[in-house]
Amino acid sequence: MPPVAFIIFSVIMLVFGVLVVVNRNPVASALSLVVSFLGLAALFVSLDAYFVGVVQILVYAGAVMVLFLFIIMLLDLKAEARRKINVVPMIGGCVLTAVLVLQLVSVLNTFEPGKKSLVEAPLDYAAAAAARPAVPEGKSDTIKRDLRENKLPDVRLLGEQLFTKFPFHLQIAGVLLLVSTVGVVILSKRELK
Amino acid sequence: MLAAIDLFFLVSTMVKIVFFVMVVVMTLVAYTVYAERRFSAIIQDRVGPNRVGIPFTKISLAGLGQPIADGLKFLLKEDFTPKHVNTFYYWLAPALTMVPALMSAAVVPFGSEMAIPFGDEIYRVPLVIADINVGPVFVFAITSLSVYGIVIAGWSSNSKYSFFGGVRSSSQMISYEICMGLSIIPVIMILGELNLTKIVEAQSANGWLLLPAWGNGLSMQSWLLLIPVIISFVIFTISIFAETNRLPFDLPECETELVAGYHTEYSSMKFALFFLGEYAAMIIGSGIIVTLFLGGWSLPFGLSEHLLANKGGFWGIITPLIHFGCFMSKVVAFLLFFIWVRWSIPRFRYDQLMRLGWVFFFEIALANIVLTAIIMVVLR
Repeated sequence: MPPVAFIIFSVIMLVFGVLVVVNRNPVASALSLVVSFLGLAALFVSLDAYFVGVVQILVYAGAVMVLFLFIIMLLDLKAEARRKINVVPMIGGCVLTAVLVLQLVSVLNTFEPGKKSLVEAPLDYAAAAAARPAVPEGKSDTIKRDLRENKLPDVRLLGEQLFTKFPFHLQIAGVLLLVSTVGVVILSKRELK
Repeated sequence: MLAAIDLFFLVSTMVKIVFFVMVVVMTLVAYTVYAERRFSAIIQDRVGPNRVGIPFTKISLAGLGQPIADGLKFLLKEDFTPKHVNTFYYWLAPALTMVPALMSAAVVPFGSEMAIPFGDEIYRVPLVIADINVGPVFVFAITSLSVYGIVIAGWSSNSKYSFFGGVRSSSQMISYEICMGLSIIPVIMILGELNLTKIVEAQSANGWLLLPAWGNGLSMQSWLLLIPVIISFVIFTISIFAETNRLPFDLPECETELVAGYHTEYSSMKFALFFLGEYAAMIIGSGIIVTLFLGGWSLPFGLSEHLLANKGGFWGIITPLIHFGCFMSKVVAFLLFFIWVRWSIPRFRYDQLMRLGWVFFFEIALANIVLTAIIMVVLR
């Protein structure tokens, strides 16, 4: 049986995800999406991924959705609330969603390690600490220290992965963001002729 | 399944939540309002509320009973919902302002670990509600949610003034969140730690970031790092002012232009929740500043280390209480600073506010990170 927290938060996430589509008022939709993100963040936290969960709230719920809400409120989309429901696209959407869910279920069922529950596979901190490579003289391995204290150093592990295994990808992402920032500045600075 | 639940952990956490959030923070909120009124009166050469004391007696205690009267006034006023509002969101908004402010209290360490001798065993209780490894990021995440209360209040009121207040607050808070996040990166780089309890412990042993005067703090590197730390401190403190909508950055409620901004249409206890939410956010903001830059609960000059060295007996209970007192006095000092600034400095214009955030603080905070990195590498 999955843990109670998992059930509660996935129900919150799914219900509010459905509400995003069902709500006719754009502001209500946006706010439902925020609650859905909060549920997702809680799911991350329940998997010991505190950093990812908190960043999910910080970036999506706290920044992206605030901007969305800002735009929706400024535009004051009254027409959206009055629009009639179109049956054909709705059925098409439902079918597509069902196909996607079926695919996910069939793929995830073949995933062997997923058959164990979290309680059956506890984190082995001592073994993980012992498996850490030795560090040069005069430096300390803070990940090892945290593991010895039976704490999961999720931020440090994430940072280590990003900066040792994927530094190139990280820089590509950085350049991409820079390009989009410069693009936005140019677009908004352009004088109307 | 029931055996997996740690009863002691559960009970101690509940006690900590009730003590810190309900008792300490809420009382402090009430008395900060009182302090604001008395302090502003002193600044403006008035008397201020000095009459209300113990109810039904003639003892006035310099007006210390005023918060009770204020609370009663808010509760007994007519709770009026105007007809033109979007009722559900109108009711939701005040709660959404208050809750995030109180939630971020969960990660602030308000004292050192308590060791309670009970029978044969010693129970250890860390004086922080949730000791998580992402403390400052958690606080930023939760405070970034507090903007929804104000935005929804402004939108659901269906009034021009409220709406302008809401729009102003959302752009202001997003702008200053960036400055706030960037300004503490040097702090995290220097301490190499995201856990607020460990940040305080490191400062207790090796000097506060703003006062490296003992332990390992007495080094060339720490004193040179004081330059970026002071820059961070100034940017962070000013950003907290902007995040909590305090004057000189209270553009969302700006009486001279917007009547009362986002809470124009609110009355009675719903208005009080906005009001108290602002003060709660101020208290938690001060708590975070104190924790990051001024050593949290620790006493200056390494005195905490001497106290912590006393093991056993009642020291396990007395030491954390002394540290709690130390933390609270630092927070109260900061709250008085907040009030002092409010009654001394006039409000910014909106374009000045945006300019300050995006043109000055953003760039200075970025350069500050580079400066910190250079100092740390050169003087390793």
